[in-house]
Amino acid sequence: MTAVEKIPADKIKIEGLTGDAAIAHAFKQCDIDVMAAYPITPQTIIVEDFQKFAANGEVQTKVITVESEHSAMSACIGASATGARVATATASAGLALMWEVLYCAASMRMPIVLTVANRALSAPINIHNDWSDSYGARDSGFIQLYCQNSQEAYDTTIMAFKLAEDHRVLLPVMVCIDGFILSHNVERVEMLPDEAVKSFLGVREPVQPLDPDNPLTMGPLALTDYYFEFKEQQDRAIHAVPDVFKEVEEAFKKMTGRSYGMVEDYKTEDADIILLTHSTPAGTAKVVADTLREQGEKVGVLRLKMFRPFPVKEVVEKIKHAKAVAVFEKCLSFGAVCNPLALELRSALYDLDERPMVTDFVIGLGGRDVPPTTIVDGYNKTKEYLAKGKAPLYETLGVRK
Amino acid sequence: MTVKLKEMLQKPQILSSGHRMCAGCAAPTIIKLVGMALRGPTVFCNATGCLEVATTIYPYTAWKVPWIHVAFENASAVASGVIEAYKAMAEKGRSKFEHVDVVAIGGDGGTFDIGFGSLSGALERGHDFVYLVYDNGAYQNTGIQRSGATLPGQETTTSWAGTVEPGKRQKKKPLAEIVAAHRIPYVATVAPYYYRDFITKFRKALEVEGPAFVHAHSSCPRGWRSDTSKSIELSKLAVETGLHPLYEVIDGTKYVMSGPSKRLKELKPVDEYFKLQGQFKHLFTPQWEDFRKEIQEWVYQDWELLRKKCGLD
Ligand SMILES: Cc1ncc(C[n+]2csc(CCOP(=O)(O)OP(=O)(O)O)c2C)c(N)n1
Ligand code: SF4
Repeated sequence: MTAVEKIPADKIKIEGLTGDAAIAHAFKQCDIDVMAAYPITPQTIIVEDFQKFAANGEVQTKVITVESEHSAMSACIGASATGARVATATASAGLALMWEVLYCAASMRMPIVLTVANRALSAPINIHNDWSDSYGARDSGFIQLYCQNSQEAYDTTIMAFKLAEDHRVLLPVMVCIDGFILSHNVERVEMLPDEAVKSFLGVREPVQPLDPDNPLTMGPLALTDYYFEFKEQQDRAIHAVPDVFKEVEEAFKKMTGRSYGMVEDYKTEDADIILLTHSTPAGTAKVVADTLREQGEKVGVLRLKMFRPFPVKEVVEKIKHAKAVAVFEKCLSFGAVCNPLALELRSALYDLDERPMVTDFVIGLGGRDVPPTTIVDGYNKTKEYLAKGKAPLYETLGVRK
Repeated sequence: MTVKLKEMLQKPQILSSGHRMCAGCAAPTIIKLVGMALRGPTVFCNATGCLEVATTIYPYTAWKVPWIHVAFENASAVASGVIEAYKAMAEKGRSKFEHVDVVAIGGDGGTFDIGFGSLSGALERGHDFVYLVYDNGAYQNTGIQRSGATLPGQETTTSWAGTVEPGKRQKKKPLAEIVAAHRIPYVATVAPYYYRDFITKFRKALEVEGPAFVHAHSSCPRGWRSDTSKSIELSKLAVETGLHPLYEVIDGTKYVMSGPSKRLKELKPVDEYFKLQGQFKHLFTPQWEDFRKEIQEWVYQDWELLRKKCGLD
């Protein structure tokens, strides 16, 4: 790790930025070599802003204005294989079109940063936020980090390169923000000086790039005799992520004073009921927890920042003492036992002798508003189920029945 | 051209023996010829297909040059990334090479069909690369299914010749011309029998600035039900019958007939090409006689049209 120092306050630039703009600025400061750009709402501003930097000569980046997201991710793989620092952004249908190549990127161990402005999937077509897109890609081998505000989106984008390019990891990272709620909402963002980001990240040092002096065959065919070994190694790589993530955050904290953790706990220590969620609903949940605490309720919030790899140890540690965990998630997994986040949590808790009850609330699909009352609703239901000693596997909140 | 053909023919091969393509497959020969045309540091981006699958069975590889495969439909997009990455890194002083040639390769399926979007996009963006399609007229790797390159009358496992069907009914997609219509600097058709023509054109393709497209005839004894010893002869016949005429298109508008095709006094009947392949056998039954004649007519018409475009007669 490169040595980093605390940035003096007078070197920090403060601006009002949307989540998308914050990410575009981060990309600019990360001095990426190649960006693949294809528009899809609500991500479009990221690539537009970045193109503006390029048009004004503010970045030394080759922007490839591809003809589809499938080609965006493919071009990223080609560029990353060559040893470049690479990024792209997408959402919803765009991520779905990348589907096939997401697996290639991860399996070929390409440290690409992909920002996803989370958006619902068709049909019906809908441009607003939920997490169906990136949850659908949760097994692709990408690291998945979810941000709660624009500052975090900016910070996480910068850290994502360091994490992805670390030789113990070499995996692509998905940095997710809630479409519109975060992507288009202006917030106060503290921006680091260019030099600080530059020295924090350094230049990418590829391990085995495409090199005419050292020919190498990448992306071969591996059959029953070797395929499984490849997958075993890939699995090991993603499990190396938490340790490296902690180091990256530690270094970032030295420089900025900010860090987020794989999970963020809020008033969980003595909580009977813990609200578990991520992204922007986590902010709402914290406000709800404050209010309920004033009414004497023992409630806390656990915000998950990292969904892949799933930080089992950290999550279990923070919630095992609680009586119940109420999960709030913006995704429906059709025909499953429950939905992705709760499914993960229930598995994580299974080996405990005494498990908190898990309730699962599907909220906010297609951008349906998630006001504090929705969270309170879930909390009250959880209390009720606790008293009864039995809860449904999942239910939806905020839907006309 | 400063480099002599004689020198090119002596170049070390880029594909080693021991790869696992079928005996008589023309694809490895094509790659051998490509290797002879190379001029400097080169990276290959290969689409999924026979060539990719049979030359890189882990832990072995037949490739002596840097080579990457990602998926079936994206060789052009992967190449776009490679090209731009080298450029960016060269500008930032992080590349040993001032310029790296990039060659993307796909079968006809990966080029005429599923990879067409990414090919067209890369051509429109003007990346400096050469796209090589080895056209064996079907998806051979998945067991001989029809593609946009399959000839009318050709039997495949998705265009069977049966009691009411004569194999594929539709014409072949005129891909070289569609590609040329992108107004890219250089398009050429080649056949391995005419190896001098092949190597010269491929070298030209590397030397132009901007995208170049090379369309190679590639015999497939397995899919074509042809004798393994006839593969190169079939590539000669494809040219002589006008099924795979040799020409170049400069800047999308200037059509030039190449020597081997230009020298033809008249086309040989397509029957000569068809007869050497089991995949056309049904065409010689009385039931499909008329269809065979129709195919012959189409070939004559296309030939005349091409000659006109090339300013001949
Ligand atoms: C998206 C996708 N669809 C289908 C396939 C299966 N597939 C692999 S190779 C191939 C056919 C390749 O045909 P072609 O490009 O003509 O090359 P050839 O095998 O003839 O050399 C197909 C259909 C795939 N790999 N990916
Ligand atoms: S099936 Fe055809 S194209 Fe594939 S390796 Fe065999 S001969 Fe070549």
